[in-house]
Amino acid sequence: MNKLDFLQMEHMRMDIPEFRAGDTVKVHYRIREGEKERIQIFQGIVIKKRNNGLGSTFTVRKESFGIGVERIFPLHSPMIEKIEVIRKGKVRRAKLYYLRNLKGKAATVKELR
Amino acid sequence: MEIEGIIGKKIGMTHIFNQEGNIIPVTVVEAGPCYVIQKKENSVQLGFIPQKMQRVPKPLQGHFKKAGKGCFKVLKEFKIKPGDEIKPGDEIKISDLFKPGDFLHVTGKSKGRGFTGVMKRWNFSGGRDSHGAKQVHRKGGSIGMSAYPGRVLKGKKMPGHYGNEKVTIKNLMVVDVRENENLIFIKGAIPGHNNSIVYLRKQYF
Repeated sequence: MNKLDFLQMEHMRMDIPEFRAGDTVKVHYRIREGEKERIQIFQGIVIKKRNNGLGSTFTVRKESFGIGVERIFPLHSPMIEKIEVIRKGKVRRAKLYYLRNLKGKAATVKELR
Repeated sequence: MEIEGIIGKKIGMTHIFNQEGNIIPVTVVEAGPCYVIQKKENSVQLGFIPQKMQRVPKPLQGHFKKAGKGCFKVLKEFKIKPGDEIKPGDEIKISDLFKPGDFLHVTGKSKGRGFTGVMKRWNFSGGRDSHGAKQVHRKGGSIGMSAYPGRVLKGKKMPGHYGNEKVTIKNLMVVDVRENENLIFIKGAIPGHNNSIVYLRKQYF
């Protein structure tokens, strides 16, 4: 490992649970409005994980009033209060872009047993 | 001890999170410790990166001997305030010059790009991709007028060698300074490839 990797390690979060594409997660994200700070929960299916050291991100997709909503979170962001893995999904792909074309029940992922 | 700048080595780019959780792109530079080799009236010569004595030419060995701090790979002169009590052999550390929140200028040698066309070198827009355009997609177009003046004007922007030249980026912000590791975190990009030598100078001196 070079010097830069060591510096990145300092900012990395080790308390993030393991999850992968297809899993249903609840992301507790801190939102700052002026002086006040509150926690917003975003729940949905992880459709992709981008592994890039400190720059790693993951995308969570959910359907809100019939409209698909996707949110990209930096995995190591200090604004993430915690991540709860609610359900492990059974999927055969690393990137679940096909969910974007599906709606309702078809856009669900079977649980891993 | 007031000195204009310091020599550093670019380690590479990464990003850090600030207190608001925002991502800040930073370049990490290993700067110093530098040693004063020679003092002149309004400037000092600094040495950076130790070098084995047998790898240094004899005349230069004699020059280094006066400071008594061994030999160095890189030598660079920086201004000092007149009458400063700095003397040969003094150690200059990054924390003597900069603290987080300061602004600085970075000079380095840009990455060599070889022989490049006008689109990359001078940001020309080139030709059209379609609508009958033929073999002119990345060309610069006309380079001048007709019989008068009958020549191409001096300084015309044309294809040629690009990069591998001295570049200064001004007014970059210092995000963090680590005294023990001799590291400085600069917001944004700086010239040159990783492990290249850069000169960091104060915004006002």
